Amino acid sequence: MQLQQATAAGTAVRKPGIGRILQDTKYVFWREMLLVIRDPFSLIFSLVQPLVFLALFGPLLGAAVGVEAFGGESSLQWFLPGVVVMIALFGTSMTGSNLQYELMTGSYERILATPLSRSSLLIGRALKEWAPLVLQGLVIALASIPFGFVFYPLHVLFGLVVIGVFGIGLGALSYALALVTQGKEWVFWGVQQTLLFPLMILSGIMLPIEAGPRWMQVLSLFNPLTYMVNAERELFAGGLGWDTLWGVVAAVITAVVGLAVGVRVIKHSSL
Amino acid sequence: MIHTSKLTKTFTVKKEKIQAVKGVDIDVARGELVAFLGPNGAGKSTTLRMLTTLLAPTSGAARVAGVDVVADPAGVRSRIGYIGQGNGGGHSYRVIDELIMQGRFYGMNTTDARERADQLLKSLELQDLKKRTIIKLSGGQRRRMDVALGLMHSPTLLFLDEPSTGMDPQNRANLWEHIMRMRHEHGTTIVLTTHYLEEADTMSERVIVIDHGEIIADNTAARLKADLAGDLLAVEVSAAAAPEVRGLLGRAAAAGELEETAYDGVIRFRLRLPDGARLAPGLLRDMNDAGAPALRLELKPPTLDDVFLELTGRSLREGGKV
Ligand SMILES: Nc1ncnc2c1ncn2[C@@H]1O[C@H](COP(=O)(O)OP(=O)(O)OP(=O)(O)O)[C@@H](O)[C@H]1O
Ligand SMILES: [Mg+2]
Repeated sequence: MQLQQATAAGTAVRKPGIGRILQDTKYVFWREMLLVIRDPFSLIFSLVQPLVFLALFGPLLGAAVGVEAFGGESSLQWFLPGVVVMIALFGTSMTGSNLQYELMTGSYERILATPLSRSSLLIGRALKEWAPLVLQGLVIALASIPFGFVFYPLHVLFGLVVIGVFGIGLGALSYALALVTQGKEWVFWGVQQTLLFPLMILSGIMLPIEAGPRWMQVLSLFNPLTYMVNAERELFAGGLGWDTLWGVVAAVITAVVGLAVGVRVIKHSSL
Repeated sequence: MIHTSKLTKTFTVKKEKIQAVKGVDIDVARGELVAFLGPNGAGKSTTLRMLTTLLAPTSGAARVAGVDVVADPAGVRSRIGYIGQGNGGGHSYRVIDELIMQGRFYGMNTTDARERADQLLKSLELQDLKKRTIIKLSGGQRRRMDVALGLMHSPTLLFLDEPSTGMDPQNRANLWEHIMRMRHEHGTTIVLTTHYLEEADTMSERVIVIDHGEIIADNTAARLKADLAGDLLAVEVSAAAAPEVRGLLGRAAAAGELEETAYDGVIRFRLRLPDGARLAPGLLRDMNDAGAPALRLELKPPTLDDVFLELTGRSLREGGKV
């Protein structure tokens, strides 16, 4: 049993600031990613799932709504960005569910007692749910090329970044939800599911909202996801215009609101 | 190192108020080793969680490592280490991964973190489990993993909430050896809670007894025992010698009561005698001089349980629950 003096770094008091938050985010993100790296099987599944979805739903959609609804383009060009937003939505809104396990053991408490900045806990965890999307998005895009999809790599990449910013906000809200529903896990699922579907339908991910009644169109204007979907559609079509700009604005607002709420809830549920 | 004044925590559960900690004043100097002792629900963990900024005090103040817990919680966190009552390792992680990440959280670089992790794994006898997933560890192994996590960054002030619970005697001894070495080599200040009376008794310099959210005693184990309990003395004599001995012991017992049982013509007296070990030889001499020699003698030094019993009228041992 030999115990030597540890590094001075261990006891160094680090100054707070943006650089610190970024660094802490990297650590939190990396710890979460270790789960994926140590168990890559989950990643393979997450790649297959959207492909299956696309392969089964895509043809139906084209047949049901008709090519005219999509301005004469391949229905994939319209549908694929929707799938990407949907994966991001499902993924990042689950951020809190992975936290639930750690809340039940002492693992979350142990991490709270470290000097990690509170916002980095939120961002790092949300980004982990977003990260596979980069791979998923590219795989889906590539797989769709033979079916008439035109791939604009830089636009798609930018689109993934925008959805990532949105995902940070949504992930932070999911994290906060897990904290306030601590000990009542079913409430978390109830709220998450109840919110997810209206948000999705009212954003025009699955079916064009223009085809719906007026009240739905009005409601969709208040849904940040609508702007995400529109922005992604523009970007995936190789465009860069107002829709993208509004998408960026919606993503940033969602991120700021999500983080503000998340940090508040963390501090309230502890200090 | 630690200074609190009227530190209080009241939980509200469904409109019902639970006063977990009721205005405690604690002072711990640099390098001290202090144990919180008290029954389940006494408020030990809650106090620790306030000192480590995991819980906001309802009222009162606390400074830890020179920093106010409410004004600068992040400052406190970067100056302390904490091993909670629960298991700190994430279930799906490998032992070594969690240790290295923990080091990174405290600003260590990967090389140092790896080196430190290896040291700790070795000295806590976990080296063979390095790549094991934490959920696959036994209870005691998991507890040792928690300790390793808390020690990764070699904090100068360390809080441990029931660190040895669930460990077998050998590992418990091992843990203590570790803690003592840390104190010795680095002057680490240590605050811990425990249910093991022997641990609080023999290992810590100072014992703070907590009951119902209040500090009911705060001193060295030796002083507490001497002041509050005293040795337990049992003397057996023949029935003929009993009246003489009754008088002698009655005087020695002073305020305490003298118990008496009889069997097979032998009378057994029991009494609690402050400083009994020093008084017993004289007592035996007096009995001999009076022609009433002892047939058998037992002398038991007091335990902290006796102290707790004296303070609260309840025992900390099994069956001593409120
Ligand atoms: N989050 C909480 N919400 C409500 N009540 C709580 C909470 N945490 C603790 N309590 C209550 O506060 C009191 C003190 O609990 P605490 O965990 O500090 O006890 P303890 O001394 O650590 O006990 P043990 O030896 O069992 O660990 C108990 O009555 C407990 O039920
Ligand atoms: Mg406790």
